[in-house]
Amino acid sequence: MFLELFFQYLVAGLTYGTIYAVVGIGFNIIYNTTGIINFAQGEFVMLGGMTAVSLHAFLPLPLAIAGAVLVTMAVGGLIEMLFIRWLVKPSVLRMIIITIGVSILIREGALHLWGEGIRSLPYFTGNEVSAIEIGGVRVSPQVLWALGVAAIVVLLLNVFFHYTMLGREMRACASNRDAAALCGIPTRNMVTLSFVVSAGIGALAGCVVSPITQTQYGIGAGLAIKGFTVAILGGLGNSMAAVGAGFILGILESFSIWVMPTAYKDAISITILLAMLFARPSGLFGNSEAARLKEF
Amino acid sequence: MLKVRNLDVAYGSLSVLHHLSLHVKQGEIVTIIGANGAGKTTLLRTITGLLRPRSGSIRFREEEIGSLPTENIVSRGCSLVPEGRQVFAAMPVRENLLLGAYVQFKRGRREEVHRDLERIYGLFPVLKQREHQLAGTLSGGEQQMLAIGRALMAGPSLIMLDEPSMGLAPLIVKDIFAIVRQLGKEGGTVLLVEQNARSALRIADRGYVLENGRIVLEGAAENLLANREIQRAYLGKDVDAENK
Amino acid sequence: MFQRFRHITALAAAIAAVQLLTAATGKEFFLTQLTMAGYYTLVIIGLCLLMGYAGQISLGHAGFFAIGGYTSAVLTTVDLSAWKAAPAISLLAKSGILTGRADLYGGQILTVHPWAAFLCALCITIVVAFLIGVPVLKLKGHYLAMATLGFGTIIYSVVLATSRFGAADGISSVPAFPLLPGLAVTGGSSQRVANYYFAWLLVTVGMLLLINLIHSRVGRALRSIHGAEDAAGAMGVDAARYKLNTFILSAVYAAVAGVFLTHYNGGIGPSEASIMKSVRYVAIVAVGGMGSLWGTLIMSAVLNFLSLRGYFGTFDDAVFGSILIAVMLFSPEGVLKLDIRSLVGRWIRTDRKAGA
Repeated sequence: MFLELFFQYLVAGLTYGTIYAVVGIGFNIIYNTTGIINFAQGEFVMLGGMTAVSLHAFLPLPLAIAGAVLVTMAVGGLIEMLFIRWLVKPSVLRMIIITIGVSILIREGALHLWGEGIRSLPYFTGNEVSAIEIGGVRVSPQVLWALGVAAIVVLLLNVFFHYTMLGREMRACASNRDAAALCGIPTRNMVTLSFVVSAGIGALAGCVVSPITQTQYGIGAGLAIKGFTVAILGGLGNSMAAVGAGFILGILESFSIWVMPTAYKDAISITILLAMLFARPSGLFGNSEAARLKEF
Repeated sequence: MLKVRNLDVAYGSLSVLHHLSLHVKQGEIVTIIGANGAGKTTLLRTITGLLRPRSGSIRFREEEIGSLPTENIVSRGCSLVPEGRQVFAAMPVRENLLLGAYVQFKRGRREEVHRDLERIYGLFPVLKQREHQLAGTLSGGEQQMLAIGRALMAGPSLIMLDEPSMGLAPLIVKDIFAIVRQLGKEGGTVLLVEQNARSALRIADRGYVLENGRIVLEGAAENLLANREIQRAYLGKDVDAENK
Repeated sequence: MFQRFRHITALAAAIAAVQLLTAATGKEFFLTQLTMAGYYTLVIIGLCLLMGYAGQISLGHAGFFAIGGYTSAVLTTVDLSAWKAAPAISLLAKSGILTGRADLYGGQILTVHPWAAFLCALCITIVVAFLIGVPVLKLKGHYLAMATLGFGTIIYSVVLATSRFGAADGISSVPAFPLLPGLAVTGGSSQRVANYYFAWLLVTVGMLLLINLIHSRVGRALRSIHGAEDAAGAMGVDAARYKLNTFILSAVYAAVAGVFLTHYNGGIGPSEASIMKSVRYVAIVAVGGMGSLWGTLIMSAVLNFLSLRGYFGTFDDAVFGSILIAVMLFSPEGVLKLDIRSLVGRWIRTDRKAGA
């Protein structure tokens, strides 16, 4: 009995960890090319989930998800082109405030478009009670979907950044923007692209976990903080570490329910964030030297 | 090939270059010498569009480039080897070079890229040996070679070098200057900015002396080498003592 | 020196003029929102000192407002009469720190006196601000923003999750705050004018304090920190201490506003601790012009009044979001810095020429 409960919490932690990890990676992609922390990162997850639910009203599930991801990517690109692209050497404070403003606008837009209701996509396979037995533990198939999609996203991102020309160009832009421009790489387009990619993976994550965690217009801000916590835990700029950090945070949160009321769950992760910021801002895994080598 | 007229550049209210004019002809090696803070790096960053001039004109191959973004200037054939190398530290040598060929790929000259790559490896055999090593792990001299190689991969008609000898051991500096001289012999056009005035003037056809953002002297390299003022100020010779 | 007092006099005159205007036009009910706007302004000018002069962003100031408000609300509503016999409680009751009053249903309850609760709230705020400020202010840029945002979120989720704080409903039936015999901070319409003046008196005093502060040695030190912290450090300015003191002071401003607004409204809810509130404070400081106390004061009075009157309807948060973006994109120095002075100057000059 105890063991079963333990695994249930573990699985729940992994599920939430997936989404934190993806948001964290999204932070890193944009941070690496621009040096900006995009406070609207959580909104991408919300937009993806909400759009998919709406599209699913008249499209089959796979198409609805694809559509939602594309729409969110477009929104991400648009944000960059409208608010970021043409600023000349903006201060960090200015960028923080602008992306916060953007996140508020997206959230309020979602509120007017979709209302306050909580929505969710149907389970991709089976329903809320179906379960797969793995080594004596019952796991919802959606959890496997979430883990699988996260794994594929991470894999594809790795292939993209290391084995395609475009990915290498983005890495060059991240590592040294002036030098990239001197190679003739259109750095501004790379920045737009980083917003598009980051929005896309956020939206995909939003769709995959929607059946389990559900989607509402206001979930973005909380996810942004969690995602940032993960990005910091892993060391800002280091996406592979963010995956590990995402699972750590998800599991910690999940098990915190054992010792504390559920309502304090959010406070836990933020306390971890604050503790990390104060004690080891370079991350759990990296040293400060490596943190400066910005990598995807 | 390159014609700069009455260029004014400022950081905020701090004026750095004043009415600066210079030109580089096809096939020439031109050097700009000057002390630290004279505005040499600012000049090169402005020509490549990393900085915006306040006024003046920059013409490259008879076209105004003063307001173009950096990537367009590079794709027109004007490349810069930036100060301090600035290689992509976390990427292997080969990827660094291929990134330098970005404009060639865009022009659809795939075969040339591979020929250029072999040529660069020919110029700098050490890069061939280190092909799969991360650029950040190279020595300073190797990084400088990589930076030059990366700029050459774009197939530029004008290559500008910003202090290639900075922080390098004398023996390596000699190698680097030999390469620059060879580029000139092969018909390349070079604009070389240096604090190491003697070495620069020895391989250059013409030279400019930059002081506090102004060109104070220009002429054939051998004349500048012989100029007593320059000898005193930049070549570290105590002219009067020698004459005694 | 005289200019400072001219400005304060102008503020006092404006406060009186607004009250007379509402009286003359029969719109005295506006005073309720104007009073609330006054308290929010107190938070915002405190934040303006921190952001504009010390150059430190805080996305958690609603947290300090909530600490003030909730401390006072809890202490003045929790009934201690069951423990009346306990020596500590009876001692407190005798010394006047505890006070008996009738509750909503006519029963007699024993609660902490509002003044004692107020002092408690201030102490807690100072301690929390100190504990948070020491580590947080070592951070810069994104890290500082996220850390303060995190602090705000913790306060919000704790308030929302704790039944003692009324969870999602908040705390209601908070008693009036007696100031002088016959004068109390309360929402009753008989005290409306007096409360309006009290709120804005607090703002005026707050302004006076801040203005004197920024014109003193402290102000110069803060500006040098804002300009270049390392350089300031090299010149012997203890940057960390100045930043911390400023942080605590602005937290105290927020807490004072929280206490009085809670008594004025007769309650407080979790939305006062929300991130959106903190962001709104930052937005107003940004529109007013970072580092312009007077600009911030004016924008705060106007925007808070409009928002509280419901002029922005369901777009309330969106309006503040748009304001934030627009200001940061087009005029990071603030709207009032949009060269109005030179425009006016030019107008006066041409006027004179025309006259001559």
